[in-house]
Amino acid sequence: MTNAAIQKHNHPAFNEPDVTPALGAEHGLNEDEYNLMLSIIGRAPSFTEFGIFSVMWSEHCSYKSSRLHLKKLPTEAPWVIQGPGENAGVIDIGDNQAAIFKMESHNHPSFIEPYQGAATGVGGIMRDVFTMGARPIANINALRFGSPEHPKTRHLVDGVVSGIAGYGNCMGVPTVGGEVNFHPSYNGNILVNAMTVGIAEHDKIYYARGAGIDQPVVYVGSKTGRDGIHGATMASAEFEEGVEGNRPTVQVGDPFTEKLLLEACLELMSGDAIISIQDMGAAGLTSSAVEIADKGGIGVALDLDLVPQREDMMSPYELMLSESQERMLMIVKPGKEDMARVIFEKWDLDFAVIGRTTKEQRLKINMYGECWCDIPVPPLVDDAPVYDRPQGHYPKPESIDPIAYSIPDGSDLHSVLHTLISCPDMASKRWVWEQYDHLVMGETVAEPGQADAAIVKAPPLSPPQAGGIKGGKALAISSDCTPRYCQADPFEGGKQAVAESYRNLCASGARPMAVTNNLNFGNPEKPDIMSQFVGCVEGIAEACKELHYPVISGNVSLYNETSGEAILPTPVIGGVGLIPDWKKSMSLGFKAPGETIILIGETKGHLGQSLYLREIHGLEKGPPPPVDLKAERWHGEFVRRLIDEELITAAHDISDGGLLCALAEMAMAGNRGATLTIENNDPAFWFGEDQARYIVTTKDPDALLALDECKAFPVMTLGKTTEFDLNLPNGHNISIRELKELSEKWLPAYMAA
Amino acid sequence: MKTSIILFPGTNREKDMAMALKRVTGHDPALVWHKETDLGTPDLIILPGGFSYGDYLRCGAMAAHSPVMKEVIACAERGTRILGVCNGFQMLIETHLLPGALLKNKTLKFICKHVNLKTENGESEFTSKLGKGSVINVPVAHGEGNYFANDDILHELDDNDRVAFRYCDGNGAVTDEANPNGSTANIAGIMNKRKTILGMMPHPENATQDWQDNKSGLLLFESIVEALA
Repeated sequence: MTNAAIQKHNHPAFNEPDVTPALGAEHGLNEDEYNLMLSIIGRAPSFTEFGIFSVMWSEHCSYKSSRLHLKKLPTEAPWVIQGPGENAGVIDIGDNQAAIFKMESHNHPSFIEPYQGAATGVGGIMRDVFTMGARPIANINALRFGSPEHPKTRHLVDGVVSGIAGYGNCMGVPTVGGEVNFHPSYNGNILVNAMTVGIAEHDKIYYARGAGIDQPVVYVGSKTGRDGIHGATMASAEFEEGVEGNRPTVQVGDPFTEKLLLEACLELMSGDAIISIQDMGAAGLTSSAVEIADKGGIGVALDLDLVPQREDMMSPYELMLSESQERMLMIVKPGKEDMARVIFEKWDLDFAVIGRTTKEQRLKINMYGECWCDIPVPPLVDDAPVYDRPQGHYPKPESIDPIAYSIPDGSDLHSVLHTLISCPDMASKRWVWEQYDHLVMGETVAEPGQADAAIVKAPPLSPPQAGGIKGGKALAISSDCTPRYCQADPFEGGKQAVAESYRNLCASGARPMAVTNNLNFGNPEKPDIMSQFVGCVEGIAEACKELHYPVISGNVSLYNETSGEAILPTPVIGGVGLIPDWKKSMSLGFKAPGETIILIGETKGHLGQSLYLREIHGLEKGPPPPVDLKAERWHGEFVRRLIDEELITAAHDISDGGLLCALAEMAMAGNRGATLTIENNDPAFWFGEDQARYIVTTKDPDALLALDECKAFPVMTLGKTTEFDLNLPNGHNISIRELKELSEKWLPAYMAA
Repeated sequence: MKTSIILFPGTNREKDMAMALKRVTGHDPALVWHKETDLGTPDLIILPGGFSYGDYLRCGAMAAHSPVMKEVIACAERGTRILGVCNGFQMLIETHLLPGALLKNKTLKFICKHVNLKTENGESEFTSKLGKGSVINVPVAHGEGNYFANDDILHELDDNDRVAFRYCDGNGAVTDEANPNGSTANIAGIMNKRKTILGMMPHPENATQDWQDNKSGLLLFESIVEALA
């Protein structure tokens, strides 16, 4: 029944509203979008059809404000197997193995219900990765909370961390790293960005694309309930005060079921029964069915009576829009249904054939003996609006004179270091990561805090072939962003997030391979916010091009505003690098006394937007440090060479807090001290945040300094490592034990208060 | 030596355990699905860590009633050596093969960190290569590892030298600060009267590989392999 009016008769009374432009507005469709929908359908839409259009065209699903600009990102390299557009990106890591990864936000739900919001965020991103045939081997997450003084912050930190732990620990996937920062701009909109990295064999990678005609559509996993309906729409609007009333739109996670789903899927994927597969994330059954149909150039006819249901009398609208967790949709080879069913029943999971693919590219939905939806598939994806939203004039920040920001009277380098090391952004996050099982699977090489990136081995999935797979390779994983830089100068800030990611991987001994990104911004309908978004994307694009560090997957989260207050622009970069032999991975702690400490990279003393300026002078002011991408690449390659040739014993990039904080971190991580020989009392030298810098230690400074690179690049000897204490030439004797106590004290004390 | 690692739905440290066994014995242990009802004649049965059945009832409680557990109990009665780690220890408690209870950590939080363990009984088949008083450094990773036992049980454990490990500091001192979860008398692992069954919360299997923090867990596996060789 094409384009015919849909008759409703014998069905439970659902009391569905009339579809009107006003209803459209309530569901996030503006007038033009509403009229476009009408002209596509060619008649009055049913409430189910309307729901499907409104969710597919939501910002969350359609990327309507961002799509135009995301095209600027470089997505290709010889080692990229799959760029953006599938459930996750895929790169070749050699030996017939691929790394599959993506980062995704669950910001809005986590603010409303922190435990479940964060838990289902972790569950969702792991599903994206194992949908493609990968076994997840590591999780990391980037968390941003409001001011520690804000009354909600403590509760949100506690709930989010417990939620991440509750889900990831039960799944048996180690949570090996991440970031936790605080800033008042996140008071009404916290950020929970979760990243999963998995590994698969090249010939066992699965895609949403590829479905053909007259093949069975199979539903597996948990039953569908009424939870999470319109989660995607919620994620596409600003918050107002009192938003916690939206709790019913937050999904509830069941990590045990997802663990079973993971094992069942991987067991089925070891054979050849699956043609196409898509997890049910945002917009649930709607988006998974539409994605598979659109990518296959086919249609789908579903019989919703056959969907496993947790609640009685659900309407087709509710079934199509539910965001119940731990579900997958797949297209199975005809004749393989029973074999697949046996596997899912072994794992005590629901398995149902709920429809078939069709030649005609339409989405048809039957239930209770009636047709509830009959709409063309391509317009749901292809005709989704794309906006070139207006940008504002975003002035470049005025430069500042560092002389004006000397160390205040009564303070000195020593006390400033104490203040920075114990400030919320720099203080140890042990309280967080000790709640995460970071060791399960037994492949963790660098535990949190030991290296600039998390390092996990990527073991062969099958028994080694004769003369084949080497077992020693490892992946380095890092998440990075400095939002205050992005706020001051979106373009330089975007570049810097990529550069810091690149440095963290290089300092760990890894070749940076590719990134995923999670672009968190305010309301894109405001020109200033749009300027931030475009500036950051263009900065990321430029850095990724120069560093041969393509973007292979990502997620955009807009409308992170409450009552008109936007978050700082926060484009988080999740980087993955390859270490061919884990024995050549590098950690940051000082190793032994008597080693020479060398600084690579130029120190100009850039104080604009530094942590020093914010924590000591109370100012977020000036331009962020400029990023010289050529220097980043050269210095990064040089550090990797030093690690590969075993010329250095520790490496650490310099970021927040500058040179002295980086040295203090190396001392604390290694439980060693250092005697520095540089005579300098200028805070800009010690706390400036100039980019493209690394600190390394070596047993053989003569060999290192004789290298050609040391003549071409700025290289400076800082001093030597010692048994205890950090000694500065001006007589400061800084106790490492005291520094560690300060660093470790803040977060547990805050959470216990 | 034939080893069987039992897999329950939600088990997640079976691979860690298999790697440790492989390193010590040179071959892969058997992985046995919980719906099996015939275990054969293994020399060692391992109940590994994880969240069997999601730990939605009490940790280990559902697994204790799984079909394969009847067979594990029968093996235990015949004297087959059994090692239960973390969730596996919880199962041994739930099946009453070992006494006491495992409660929520005193912090009410999941804890993953390295701890020091003092070997109290250094003569059992599980600990002979460690020796009494030796200290190993292995991780814990659990939310409910707070061992509780009443005085009668504690006396019984002490009198029969059934405490295998206690949480201690780096020098072997058994202190409150070194107790990560609030366990009674810092107890981290206990054995049955015959010393054929060991249950412990910490993960010796995660301290056995070159890339891990240290390899002090290897001695435990080497002890049992030598005893059963």
